[in-house]
Amino acid sequence: MSDPIIKIENANKWFGDFQVLKDINLEVEKNKKIVVCGPSGSGKSTLIRCINRLEEHQKGKIIVDGVILDENTKNIEQVRAEVGMVFQQFNLFPHLSILDNCTLAPIWVKKMPKQKAEELAMKQLEQVQISDQAHKFPGQLSGGQQQRCAIARALCMEPKIMLFDEPTSALDPEMIKEVLDAMVNLAKAGMTMIVVTHEMGFAKEVADEVIFMDEGMIVEKAETKEFFAKPKSDRTKLFLSQIL
Amino acid sequence: MNKLNILKPDLSNLYFYIYTGLFFITVSIIDVFLYSFFNINITSFLPSTLSFILPLILGLIGLHFIRIEFTGIKNLDLLNKNINTTNFNAILTLLVIFIIIKSIPPIMSWFILDANIAGDSKEACTGTGACWTYIKIWLRRFVYGMYPNAEQWRINLSFISLLALGSVGYFATEKFKKYLTLYYVIIYPFIAFLFIFFFISGGPVFFEFSYGIIAFAISIIVGFFIPKKFKAWYFLLVPIILYISLKYFLFYEETIDLGKLDGFNWVETGAWGGLSLTFIVSFFCLIFCFPVGMFLALGRRSELPTVRYISIGFIEFWRGVPLITVLFMSSVMFPMFLPEDFFMDKLVRVIIAISLFEAAYVAEVIRGGLQALPRGQYDAAKSLGMGYWKMHILVILPQALKLVIPGIANTFLALIKDTPLIFVVGLLELVGMLNLAKTNPEWLGFAMEGYVFAAIIFWIICYAMSKYSYNLEIKYKTER
Repeated sequence: MSDPIIKIENANKWFGDFQVLKDINLEVEKNKKIVVCGPSGSGKSTLIRCINRLEEHQKGKIIVDGVILDENTKNIEQVRAEVGMVFQQFNLFPHLSILDNCTLAPIWVKKMPKQKAEELAMKQLEQVQISDQAHKFPGQLSGGQQQRCAIARALCMEPKIMLFDEPTSALDPEMIKEVLDAMVNLAKAGMTMIVVTHEMGFAKEVADEVIFMDEGMIVEKAETKEFFAKPKSDRTKLFLSQIL
Repeated sequence: MNKLNILKPDLSNLYFYIYTGLFFITVSIIDVFLYSFFNINITSFLPSTLSFILPLILGLIGLHFIRIEFTGIKNLDLLNKNINTTNFNAILTLLVIFIIIKSIPPIMSWFILDANIAGDSKEACTGTGACWTYIKIWLRRFVYGMYPNAEQWRINLSFISLLALGSVGYFATEKFKKYLTLYYVIIYPFIAFLFIFFFISGGPVFFEFSYGIIAFAISIIVGFFIPKKFKAWYFLLVPIILYISLKYFLFYEETIDLGKLDGFNWVETGAWGGLSLTFIVSFFCLIFCFPVGMFLALGRRSELPTVRYISIGFIEFWRGVPLITVLFMSSVMFPMFLPEDFFMDKLVRVIIAISLFEAAYVAEVIRGGLQALPRGQYDAAKSLGMGYWKMHILVILPQALKLVIPGIANTFLALIKDTPLIFVVGLLELVGMLNLAKTNPEWLGFAMEGYVFAAIIFWIICYAMSKYSYNLEIKYKTER
């Protein structure tokens, strides 16, 4: 058994008086695909936002690729450069073209030469099949195309881990498939992924493990087949019966 | 021919209504036109009240007649849709047309027909209109203030050079485009500063300035051939070494006997004035207040309490005091706190004061733009590994500044129009010079011409700026 690339020990987080994360313990090994599901407000987004410290946890310990996340900003920037993230609302930079969106961080954060960054970006855009849109602006693209561009943008940093925060929730049903296809391809290429999603079909297809969260706690964590075949807790059963 | 119902014009008698309506409208407009241009009242046989409102009634009937929907005549339909929708709108339309016609003759006569421009003394102005002679005679003073006539070419040359240097952005090739921001934010203001304070001001410092420019130019040209590895060291050391060697060895004053030449005549800033001073003050205040305002806006949203509270305090202080007080303080109070042998020019103090004052306003405008950005933009930038400065420079500020172009243009226009207030410290720009000129015993009674002249000049400057800001908005518009 290899060393876990993400290690969360007793992480706790409060928004004011409200506790969003309660004693989360989680280990993710390299190349594993984890799907996190659960009702809204259960803390799943907060959990993955804590992994690249878009949110701070107040108690406990989060170690990503050997780096402890704490007040040290240098550490955080190093971790963020290694952890790609895709958001529900795409969050492309509207003032830059698709290509510039993808090359911005490699050029300025990783100090990659411009030409090399552009080649890499075109390669990634081709992977998600929007290389023909490279010189358009985000506002001119459909939601599905924007989300695929967001995936390509994150991949241009050549991350070791990819986090997906409900990547298909803001999309029209017919666009969900194209984004999921891109994610499946990525999973098959061996990327370590943590995906917050309600797409159970996707979970069944690619996930190694499924985590069910409720009220800030990990209620159930199991191999995918086991999770869907015989969930242990009643809360999970209820949830699955409602969404499947 | 169908039955006519003049209360309800309809399509069946379309041309009858159109021709009658147009006839009525034409008559009403001709009536007003004749009365205001030639003072002929063709309806004088009527009682005076009726004669006064008759054009309005005729025009109203005319517009009522032509108010027919879906005629298929394009211009008529447009007219009915936009300005002739109801009787009330018809009256408003007519009133606007009549007021414009009425106001043309007096304006024309004051500005041109009855105005004088010939001659060179007050006596030349015999007409009832404006006395442009006054402006003509005083023009030099209005533009250059008390700056000596013989030296005014220095101002002209500086402004032309700065204009030329400022327009390089239009001619820059793709290769140099990325340096433009650096150029406009740091290098250009610096060059402008050198020009104004060494060339226009003149004096013995002039030669220091020219050594500096020569050293700078040579080192930049040679700099293109220096390998990248040494570039940082090169630009750190060589310009300074060049400057020193130029000053103390090559052009050593005794060697080439330049000792007598000590630059231009020194013109102290108190003598500057007029429109050129308006430009100088506005230019530097605009350039300085923008970056300061930007940092204040960022500071006010900072997570570090010290930075945040200092920014809030600074902004609220400057927004709370009137500009006139600030200017007064800068000239009277400020020097008291300085060491005795430390001298800072009055103009410099004024520029700093106005810049800080306006920076507070700019800061709040920019903060509005920063707050309008969705949080996701910050998240996305952070998740790509950008630190605070990279995130703001590459992602946040470009978008926020684009959003606040109208607000910033607003503040800048207000700044330009605030510059006349520097009269409280004894600096007389355009409006100050006008006030001075109108109290001249030989030229009493021409305040009107002066203020109209100033209004036109300020309007041209401000309109050019607002037009430019519109263009910027369009240029940076990337969303649909």
